[in-house]
Amino acid sequence: MTRPTPSSVRKYLGGARGGSAPSPGATPLGGARPFVMRHPSVLWFLLALSAFTLGVTFLSDAFGIGLLSTSFVKTLGKTLCLCLVAIAMDVVWGYCGILSLGHFAFFGIGGYAIGMWLMYARTERIVEASLAEAPLPPTEQEVIDAIGVQIFGVVGSSEFPALWAFADSLALQLLMVALVPGLLALVFGWLAFRSRVTGVYLSILTQAMTLALSLYLFQNDSGLRGNNGLSGLQNIPGFEAVPQSVISIVFLWASALALGLGYVLFAWVVSGKMGSVIRAIRDDEARVRFLGYHVESYKLFVFTLTAIVAGIAGALYYPQAGIINPAEIAPIASIYLAVWVAIGGRGRLYGAVIGAAFVSLLSSWFTGGGAPDIPLGFYTIQWTDWWLVLLGVSFVVVTLFFPKGIGGLFDHLVRKDP
Amino acid sequence: MLRAFLIALALCVSLPGPTVAQTLQDILQTHADLVAKPSRKTVGVVLDDLAASNLPQAVDFLEAWQGREVVRRASDGRFFRKEGDALVDLDTGEVISSDIDAKPVRPNGGVRRAIGEVLVQFQLSSPDLSRRQAAVEAIARSPAADQLAPLSASIPDEPDPSLKARKAQLAQMLTARFADDTATRVAAIAALSGSMSIETRAVLNQILATRPGVAASLPDDANIATVLTPGSDALSREDAYAHLVDAGLAPAPVTAAAIRDALIANIDGETVGGVAVADLDTDAARATAYVALATAGIVPPPVTDADREAALDAHVFYTLYAEDDPAVTTAAEEALTAIETRVGVNQVLDLSLDALSLASIYFLAAIGLAITFGVMGVINMAHGEFIMMGAYTGYVVQLVVPDYTLSILLALPLAFAVTFGAGVAMERLVIRWLYHRPLETLLATFGISIALQQLAKNVFGTQARPLTSPGWLDGAWVLNDVVAISYIRIAIFVLALTFLALILFVLNRTRLGLEVRAVTQNPGMAASMGINPDRINMLTFGLGSGIAGIAGVAIGLYAKVTSEMGTDYIVQSFMTVVVGGVGNVWGTLAGAALIGFLQKGIEWFNPSNTLAAQTYMILFIILFIQFRPKGIVALRGRAAGD
Repeated sequence: MTRPTPSSVRKYLGGARGGSAPSPGATPLGGARPFVMRHPSVLWFLLALSAFTLGVTFLSDAFGIGLLSTSFVKTLGKTLCLCLVAIAMDVVWGYCGILSLGHFAFFGIGGYAIGMWLMYARTERIVEASLAEAPLPPTEQEVIDAIGVQIFGVVGSSEFPALWAFADSLALQLLMVALVPGLLALVFGWLAFRSRVTGVYLSILTQAMTLALSLYLFQNDSGLRGNNGLSGLQNIPGFEAVPQSVISIVFLWASALALGLGYVLFAWVVSGKMGSVIRAIRDDEARVRFLGYHVESYKLFVFTLTAIVAGIAGALYYPQAGIINPAEIAPIASIYLAVWVAIGGRGRLYGAVIGAAFVSLLSSWFTGGGAPDIPLGFYTIQWTDWWLVLLGVSFVVVTLFFPKGIGGLFDHLVRKDP
Repeated sequence: MLRAFLIALALCVSLPGPTVAQTLQDILQTHADLVAKPSRKTVGVVLDDLAASNLPQAVDFLEAWQGREVVRRASDGRFFRKEGDALVDLDTGEVISSDIDAKPVRPNGGVRRAIGEVLVQFQLSSPDLSRRQAAVEAIARSPAADQLAPLSASIPDEPDPSLKARKAQLAQMLTARFADDTATRVAAIAALSGSMSIETRAVLNQILATRPGVAASLPDDANIATVLTPGSDALSREDAYAHLVDAGLAPAPVTAAAIRDALIANIDGETVGGVAVADLDTDAARATAYVALATAGIVPPPVTDADREAALDAHVFYTLYAEDDPAVTTAAEEALTAIETRVGVNQVLDLSLDALSLASIYFLAAIGLAITFGVMGVINMAHGEFIMMGAYTGYVVQLVVPDYTLSILLALPLAFAVTFGAGVAMERLVIRWLYHRPLETLLATFGISIALQQLAKNVFGTQARPLTSPGWLDGAWVLNDVVAISYIRIAIFVLALTFLALILFVLNRTRLGLEVRAVTQNPGMAASMGINPDRINMLTFGLGSGIAGIAGVAIGLYAKVTSEMGTDYIVQSFMTVVVGGVGNVWGTLAGAALIGFLQKGIEWFNPSNTLAAQTYMILFIILFIQFRPKGIVALRGRAAGD
């Protein structure tokens, strides 16, 4: 549908502009210079991210002058995780042209995977502490039963579902964080790409997948506590004595590290020969297929890799949020993810980061009552009510008039001194 | 004393011919003590006499007696009905002032039940129809053996034909359950098998009620329903052993909790039964300690698995009919099977009607989307919000026009007009700039969707608004005891059919339809033939949106109107369009039918869980798309486009 223009490939190369002007034919791998030198935007991004992380640390309660409250540090940490899932979304949509409305579901799955361990391990410690008072030392079965009652009491059950088989092991559950979204994306992507479902159809199919998942999780007998979700995730088992202000900084650093690594990984994936093929698939899938590339494998690789990264981002997000429930996975969340990327600017990784950070922070400012009301005499605009209207309208405006998003502004900066 | 006697004498004289026609008061005075202090055992005599007297006022008295409204005057022992502060004579209904000291008669619960049973006899032949109906329903609620005779007796004289049929039916059920001889009961049960009502099935199930039994060998004289094997689906080994324990045929098993408690109770310093307390963190160690305690005779011996198996093997487990007569239970079994087969068939029919109405809702919700998506290739995420807009239009019209019939008739065209306008505006302002960027249309229309949704929330609030259907749409069309469908659903079905016909007519038989099809197939060629594609696109989009508005009114009639109602239908609508096949009205119809029937079918298998039904349906659709990516009705040739 989108007619490829000769310049479109070059246009979307993002930060690669400073180096050898790449054309679709010439191989960008040719240069002997290091990866970051060929992609200065990566370097700039890493510098900015480090400065941000250090700045927040020095302004925090735990390690600095205490200007930023613990809850705000957590908000910033969560925002970094959202940025990570946003760059994953950008790669799959902005670079590969698959508008997935399911990446927030992978994000949620990652959150559930880590949440299961957090909840199990923490309940185990509580149960062991309470059973230590008993006259007899508890048997293993008694401990497990007591944990089951604690966790599943709210849904009227006390049995551990098979889903929780690995919940007692942090290592296995961390493996699940990557494995479950990855496998789901692999199977779903294989089915969808194999039968050549593309474009809008694929978007709706991914949305259906997300809806099915969230409806499934809403059931009480899903084994994941129905609409109660998993809670108390901010308490890290084994670190009960460590204050939340310190934990928030630790998670901020972990999120920043994950974002930095994810950024480098994706910058590497979308550069080079493979990056060119991926972008070519976005611009004209049929032509790439005729050129002899196995389009489905490339799409499947991108889809699965981004799903895994989304899962990891979720695993870092939810311990900071403290609670996860199926409403988080509802299809609307995945659409918001697309909104962030579109506003920030598709087809450039820093655009996704800017979009996610800008819109999600702005959203919490508006809905949190931070924005002042505007009295119009006959009516007072309260932003908690009107923020979504503003977001919706500005989204239409961005789509219509600024298809490159906020990131497009950088083009103007760069173009001035060629 | 003399004065009291004189009063009593005067009263007696004033009564008309006490020896010829007996009054109610006379009967009561005969049994005065029994009436004043009734007990369950003795009240029968009074009630029999009252029933035999056949006095019309006896009903009022019995009701008052049952309602604890009867008082006894202390001075002469006569009974009266108490009405507020006044006393009412039982025979004449004369009101007597209340300043005479009177003691209330307070029958206990058992007596009141006995009174109620007798009361039924009177009520069944009462001249008042509503009273007779109430009595019949009272019997239906709590059937008992002694109601059979009065009920049967009242049938021949029943003037009301429908009540007569009801009485006969009820008598049949009572006969089936309570008659004395087997042949009568079997005949009654056979007659019952013609009905499908829940009541009939309840009667048969009561006849077939079973209780579990266990014995060393099968008893010969008992009416055994089934013989159960321990470890089968019907009876787990644990349950079987529990039956043995309940029957006193085996010792109670010692549970893990019991072992723990026994061990705690017998902690001796640092050890229990020779095992250190600290080592008791496995079941094996606990068992060892418990056996040691049992050997010492402190606790009852544990039941080993071998004991348990032996006990299970030595007994037979079965279920026993509460009804002793095998001929009756066999007849009931046969009747119930026959009924259930027919009920099953009718349930399928009922389910199909449900599915049909669900399909028509999906069709209404999706057809507008199918037009915009199929004809223009534009995906409209705000379609659900157009549905909501239509529903709110209906709500506002009802605020202005109080007559529900008129307001619905007004709301339908008005909703069409409002959403048609909104659709045209959206096409003009947003969509026409994005015709070659379908994914961005999706996002832009999504932006409109969240803005509209929030706008509706700001204007109408978050709580659900009602859209009341006119009175003639209330109620349901009842075919029989199983199959029923509400008139609203029929109306929606008719509406869906109307729109199907209308859209087919517009697309196939009008100039506009011709131009729409031309633009769909080849916009450039259509333009060179003098068709203005811009205008056609605008009108098509308006038409699709307008139908969404009408769907909104229809959906609002049976569901609540909220600002979020659009999101409930948008994914389903997309599924309908995608499954059915894009760009084809028949495809949408097929998609709606498939999804509607599928959803109802899955709900039938797992009726308690509609969430699961939706989950499975979506999974099915995802798989379906794998095999028919272009939907059920796929366009072929040039019209298929890419």
